[in-house]
Amino acid sequence: MRDGAAQAWKGTSDYIAAEDLQRIVNVAAALGRPLLVKGEPGTGKTLLARSIAEGLGLELIAWHVKSTTKARDGLYVYDTVQRLYDSRFHDKDVSDIRAYIKLGPLGRAFASDERVVLLIDEVDKADVEFPNDLLHELDAMSFTVSETGDVVAAKQRPVVIITSNNEKELPDAFLRRVVFHFIEFPDEALMAEIVDVHFPGLDKALLDKALAVFYRLRKVDGLRKRPSTSELVDWLAALIASGIDLDAAGEDVPFIGTLLKRERDVVIAKDSSKPRRWR
Amino acid sequence: MSEGATGADPRRRTLLFGRLFFGLRGAGLPVGVSEWMALMEVLARGVVAPDLTDFYRVARAILIKHEAQFDTWDQVFQAVFGDGQLPTKAAEELLSWLDDPLPLPELSPEQLAALETLPLDELRRLFEERLAEQDERHDGGDRWIGTGGTSPFGNGGRNPAGVRVGGSGGGRSAIQIASERRFRDYRSDRVLDTRQIAVALRRLRRLSRAEGEPELDVDESIDRTCKNAGFLELAFNPPRQNQAKVLLLMDVGGSMTPFTRLVETLFSAASHLNHWKRFDHLYFHNCPYSRLFESVTSTKAVPTSEVVRDKPRDTFLIMVGDASMAPSELLSPHGAIDYFEQNETPGLKWLHLLRSHFTRAIWLNPIPSEHQRGYTIELIAQLFPMFPLTLTGLDHAVDHLVKRTTAPPPDLDPTLFRARW
Repeated sequence: MRDGAAQAWKGTSDYIAAEDLQRIVNVAAALGRPLLVKGEPGTGKTLLARSIAEGLGLELIAWHVKSTTKARDGLYVYDTVQRLYDSRFHDKDVSDIRAYIKLGPLGRAFASDERVVLLIDEVDKADVEFPNDLLHELDAMSFTVSETGDVVAAKQRPVVIITSNNEKELPDAFLRRVVFHFIEFPDEALMAEIVDVHFPGLDKALLDKALAVFYRLRKVDGLRKRPSTSELVDWLAALIASGIDLDAAGEDVPFIGTLLKRERDVVIAKDSSKPRRWR
Repeated sequence: MSEGATGADPRRRTLLFGRLFFGLRGAGLPVGVSEWMALMEVLARGVVAPDLTDFYRVARAILIKHEAQFDTWDQVFQAVFGDGQLPTKAAEELLSWLDDPLPLPELSPEQLAALETLPLDELRRLFEERLAEQDERHDGGDRWIGTGGTSPFGNGGRNPAGVRVGGSGGGRSAIQIASERRFRDYRSDRVLDTRQIAVALRRLRRLSRAEGEPELDVDESIDRTCKNAGFLELAFNPPRQNQAKVLLLMDVGGSMTPFTRLVETLFSAASHLNHWKRFDHLYFHNCPYSRLFESVTSTKAVPTSEVVRDKPRDTFLIMVGDASMAPSELLSPHGAIDYFEQNETPGLKWLHLLRSHFTRAIWLNPIPSEHQRGYTIELIAQLFPMFPLTLTGLDHAVDHLVKRTTAPPPDLDPTLFRARW
């Protein structure tokens, strides 16, 4: 493995990244700062970490944050119940607290001998104070296990990828410590590349037509949830499997349910395509 | 490579970067020393390719932490490395006067022809003069810089010869990317979408541990028992529940038509938020009288007095409306705009009744705060704390609702109702 700064991630065969994103990932890795990624749902925020791990040949440790997740869970859990249980049967040495300390995702990422990619997914799902509770650990890349006094410090600073869906504003102190990237929705050219990864050798005429319909739908005013990349991929799969000709389908978009998930959106989309008939 | 992005003379580089740093801070972006040092570190380590485009994106990733600030970043970047103007507070403000223009007044061709047409030099001189005099946003009218009017200055207006304020860019260089200002839509002062509203409204909660049966805290009990050498020790917690109740009253009168979508967005965000103990909504036309309607179209209604009787006083009351109407609709008996209403009691007294009953009440007005003026708005704002229906306005409104129990309103001045309208 080459030096961290020189080694560059360029996306992987199954993850096409815009040039901007590639650059920022490499800058964050070189700086050893966490990378905060935001963007529309379905723009591949979570998949990014997997692709980086694969591209750089590193292990991926994922921490999926839920509304009840506490910052401590990421560091370690002291399994007091197991210890109590073991103490009844006298078949294990319960005097060794270390045997009952289980490292969380963050702890494992620090303790790993190899450099790893750590994904903290949907950081905004947890309590508002959650990111603040991780400030020191992400800064120093180390923490102390209070029960034993052991220090878990990163041997190799992990590449930390944090995703957020904008459900909550993140605290300023947290933001100051990260590198930030906002994934813009791919334009048609990049989208064609992305589709090619999922459906290699797809008929160009079909792709062009499908993309035209897709981007027209995205532009429709008033949609609650605009279709994104993952919906496009599902839709294309349905189109290919059924062999429907988009031209023959006319105004009605076939399998529109794969693109628009809300009934109201479907109605709006259908209304929006009507005036074109009279033009 | 380590010489970085901008060439040989380190003093010149420091100057240029200094301008960027202070330009960003001057434009109100929270760029701190630690981010700046991080940027210097990547430059020193040669991580940045020696071209402006790469510097643009790397510097943005390190310095700017919210997509809402990208637009300001683009402007500052353009000013420092291109030929744009630094977005001083004044220029920002000028542009913000011209955002979200008011609908155009309908002008007859004669009126259009009658508007003054000025030669360009004269126009420019007048523009600068007027900019120096004007100190706030202005819409409508024929003199000040603003929108929807017939003054020669501003945008969205109808003067045949005028100075348009606000322009556009194109192309692909870093300066040009910056000048495209693609992130304009992410600015946080723009009007909101459902999700943003939901996020803002989610703060509207009142957690209390006081009510209900205490619950056994299993984790805490185990922890305490273990720490207690195996002797059972139980921990209890009262349940935490959101006790907030919300009543949303929406104006669907004629003058609210331009804001239909905005109000719909607010309503759908509020109603989909399974977050409150109770959520109710009712409609009124311009001003609430003896009845409140159950839907926009139907005439099915509940008596206002019943709402006041049945709803607990600590319900959050959120009024939504432009508060703009004929004074008689507020102040005169039989002043209601709907003929069938035939109200004996003037509208303002109904508003006063609602406001006196609910201890936490606010009014959201879709008209931007800069031109919320007019007699009826003034009168209503004396009763209800009034906030603009923008993200910032909503935030302030939620703050107000959560933090303060508002004192009961003063009695209405009886002389108000004497005038004949």
